[in-house]
Amino acid sequence: MLRLEGLRIVQGDFTLRADLEVAAGRRVAVIGPSGSGKSTLIGAIAGFVEPQAGRVIWDGRDMTAVPPGQRPLAMLFQDGNLFPHLSVARNVGLGIDPRLRLTAEQRARVAQALERVGLAGFEDRRPGEMSGGQQSRAALARVLVQGRPLLLLDEPFAALGPALKAEMLDLVAGLTEESGATLLMVSHDPADARRIADEVILVAEGRAEPPVATAGLLDNPPPALQAYLGD
Amino acid sequence: MKYLAFAAGVFCASAVVAETPELTVYTYDSFVSDWGPGPAVEAAFEEVCGCDLKLVGAGDGAALLARIKLEGARSEADVVLGLDTNLTAAALESELFAPHGVQAEYDLPITWDDATFVPYDWGYFAFVHNADLAAPNDFRALGASDLKIVIQDPRSSTPGLGLLMWVKAAYGDQAPEIWQGLADNIVTVTKGWSEAYGLFLEGEADMVLSYTTSPAYHLIAEEDASKAAAVFDEGHYMQVEVAGKLAGSDQPELADQFLQFMVSDAFQSIIPTTNWMYPAVMPEAGVPAGFENIVDADKALLLPADEAAALRDVALGEWLGALSQ
Amino acid sequence: MAGRAQPVNPWFGGGAAVLVAALILGCLAAVALRAEPGAGLGAADWRAVRFTLWQAVLSAVLSVAFAVPVARALARRRFAGRRMLITLLGAPFILPVIVAVLGLLAVFGLNGWLSDVLGWAGLPPLRIYGLHGVVLAHVFFNLPLATRLILQGWQEIPAERFRLAAHLGAGPGAIWHLLERPMLWRVVPGALAVVFAICVSSFAVALTLGGGPRATTIELAIYQAFRFDFDLGRAALLSCIQIIVTLIAALLALRAAPSGGFGAGLDRPVRRWDADGLGLRVLDGVAIATAAGFLLLPLLAVVLAGGPGLAALPVSVFQAAAMSVLVAAGSTVVLLVLAVPMAAGVAAGWRWIEAAGLLGLAASPLVLGTGLFVLIYPVADPFSVALPVTALVNAVMALPFALRILVPRARQVVADHGALAASLDMRGLAFLRLVLLPRMRAQIGFAAGLGAALSMGDLGVIAMFADPQRATLPLQIYRLMGAYRMEAAAAAALLLLVMSMAAFWLLDRGGRWHAEA
Repeated sequence: MLRLEGLRIVQGDFTLRADLEVAAGRRVAVIGPSGSGKSTLIGAIAGFVEPQAGRVIWDGRDMTAVPPGQRPLAMLFQDGNLFPHLSVARNVGLGIDPRLRLTAEQRARVAQALERVGLAGFEDRRPGEMSGGQQSRAALARVLVQGRPLLLLDEPFAALGPALKAEMLDLVAGLTEESGATLLMVSHDPADARRIADEVILVAEGRAEPPVATAGLLDNPPPALQAYLGD
Repeated sequence: MKYLAFAAGVFCASAVVAETPELTVYTYDSFVSDWGPGPAVEAAFEEVCGCDLKLVGAGDGAALLARIKLEGARSEADVVLGLDTNLTAAALESELFAPHGVQAEYDLPITWDDATFVPYDWGYFAFVHNADLAAPNDFRALGASDLKIVIQDPRSSTPGLGLLMWVKAAYGDQAPEIWQGLADNIVTVTKGWSEAYGLFLEGEADMVLSYTTSPAYHLIAEEDASKAAAVFDEGHYMQVEVAGKLAGSDQPELADQFLQFMVSDAFQSIIPTTNWMYPAVMPEAGVPAGFENIVDADKALLLPADEAAALRDVALGEWLGALSQ
Repeated sequence: MAGRAQPVNPWFGGGAAVLVAALILGCLAAVALRAEPGAGLGAADWRAVRFTLWQAVLSAVLSVAFAVPVARALARRRFAGRRMLITLLGAPFILPVIVAVLGLLAVFGLNGWLSDVLGWAGLPPLRIYGLHGVVLAHVFFNLPLATRLILQGWQEIPAERFRLAAHLGAGPGAIWHLLERPMLWRVVPGALAVVFAICVSSFAVALTLGGGPRATTIELAIYQAFRFDFDLGRAALLSCIQIIVTLIAALLALRAAPSGGFGAGLDRPVRRWDADGLGLRVLDGVAIATAAGFLLLPLLAVVLAGGPGLAALPVSVFQAAAMSVLVAAGSTVVLLVLAVPMAAGVAAGWRWIEAAGLLGLAASPLVLGTGLFVLIYPVADPFSVALPVTALVNAVMALPFALRILVPRARQVVADHGALAASLDMRGLAFLRLVLLPRMRAQIGFAAGLGAALSMGDLGVIAMFADPQRATLPLQIYRLMGAYRMEAAAAAALLLLVMSMAAFWLLDRGGRWHAEA
């Protein structure tokens, strides 16, 4: 279970507060107007943004002071999720050992992960030699081998077309289903939330609200969300 | 027991080394270069001394003295070869040098009676020009002409300092006047002899400050008779190059032997066509054609070492003053 | 998302910076402590300080002023041989001073080509000696550097901006206001300061072309204090002034232009829609032709002077050349071992590291050499450590340039990939090996090439460590000149020029060979 306890993030004259819990195994969408602090919230959970007050707690353990790479989570950024000079296999292998000293068994896991995301045989390609969708699959293969109980997505599929994005979301849903991982995904598209999220965290007016069921919220939006949705 | 064996081993080893003692001579860099006297001198001395002669090059004369001063009494040098009369006063003052016992029939235009330093070659500073140039015959005529000259900076170069002393020795209190006359002739002032001579050969100036022996190089090594040295009526300042034994030497006898060798025929006959200077003692075979002395002995100028040291700063001030306007 | 996401450990770079600073300041202190009470600074010394500043300011302003049109022309023109020209234009920067001066004089001297042309036209020959000669030589040395710095600025303007400007119908004037002037405002202070800092420690150029003692620089005053007066205290004091002046300029530059730098990858001209007019094309053509003529003719003179003697070069020259290659290789390794961690440290946020690196630009080689001698002499034979010391000092002297090449790229790599690496728990050596080094390959090759070329052409740590048995090529050139062998010296100088360029070219290309975008 992820718990944000009295979290307060200050960046210049912008302040974001969060006091909420996400149950284990849930898929949660983080939505809200542009500039409301969705990415900032994810960044604080991942350890890239230092909160001024409060704690980030995973399964009862305080992670607030833990460096990003040692938190029990995997993350995909808006872009730059792969190193352009490393082959796909090496990029995925980084999820097992960031020093890339892999045993034969670990290399086999990399191959399995690539196969699972539909990239069998792409081991030696460079990211630059693949399409956007294939790059996203490669990044997801790495998430798979990382095997972390919490997955954070900061709109990694925003640049993909609607059909491809839906495909990726389904792949993410499938992967989290299999592993039982908890998912937090930033999105500005309510359709994404409806597609795979059980619950929604609304970030608006300097606050991240506790998660509520997706359908209920989107069908009956509160005023802040209504202004954002525009209808 | 082990310790004893080790000590014996060390003793034997050092005994072997002691059979061929090493004499370390610090000198200026161009002396040890492939084109200087160094290689021939080393071979000739090692033939007679039963020792290993180690020539160590360290910049030019002034850098040599600076280095000896920095090293002080701990210096490994036994002999320093390559100071000139502008540096001997400062060298003596350092109290690092020991008197010598060398006797020789010097072929110098002046009498040499320095107790510490032994001369090995000498030359006259002179302006070198192309032989077809109608050269002036004194500093006033040079100053009045529109000839272009290149000289060296006295603060960084031995010939540059020599010119400073030349004008001072010849004109005394009138030196500033002479410099003012020369100011518009001086194309530029270089860091060292090589740059100045290079500029002259490139045609950047009509004359360059060098030595009366410079044309001999072109004549002998390049069979080119097109260079000449201008003879000045007020006389020519001398550069006498000397060597001295260091008081802290661990090979004093060998050092004495080297100094004595230095004024012998074997060493002196090497000097003219490698260092392009006059030998301090005339070799039996004489000097090659091209080394004829063009300056009368009574026109030789040389300030005594202590006087030169005392005048140096004044002369530099006059030089800077006249050329900075 | 900066904050705690830090894959680079700045302590190694910080350590290297402290070592470099300790080396330079330690040498200075060693010289100062060895000093006997001296006369202090006199009026002549202050005159030297004033002249040094004045000529450095003039040289910097003119180098940059000429570099702007040249860089603009190179930035917006595509033509055959453009890449080659940019490489060749860099040659003066890595040329040994004496070789460059003789080359310059062959063109601009009283008996030079230009004076010959003027003579045919019935005009008096050019008089190069004086302040203007000093400045001319400094512009010759530094125009390539300034051009590269400014060209970099032009190429950092994203191509999309020019596309947008073209779409909006902006002409050259509008583009100047919209894009180019703001860019220059950011880049020019850095270029000015770098050239200024280089010119502050000028010595042989100022002396040879200065025409007399009016052109006395601080470095010559140090020389005088050291060898004419043997006043080590004054030498140390003057060296301090030189370091302070250079550091002030350098810090101002770093403040003014945090991202300024001269990087590799300058061979990509940006497609421009605004510069197709005939007038602008002629203007750019004139700028490029003038710069090429100014920079390449003296090089041609070096080639012509050296050519005839090449066949007759003595073996010892080639031995010296081999020694120079050895020194350059060693010095390049030391340079990279220092510069890469330092650049990574700067990228990690320790900006003071670069200031420490800049000390190499400010330190007087004479004081550095003497200080090292004073420090080393009690514990080791100076000749036995001649090669390592020469390699080390050459590396320290090249460090400021290497950092200007490496730092902007290191910053970019950390900015682009730092968060991803941090999220994968990739830190320290793993980040260095898997991300930083591969991503910086081109810049490392460029810095190594520059370092090797500079080391090849440098006279090293003056005579005190120059083992006569193992002379380097520049020393051998001086020896040849000192032994009247001017033709052989010219040939050896040509050999040195070719070797410096080859070292630069090989390492620079090596860095980019098979490198991915």
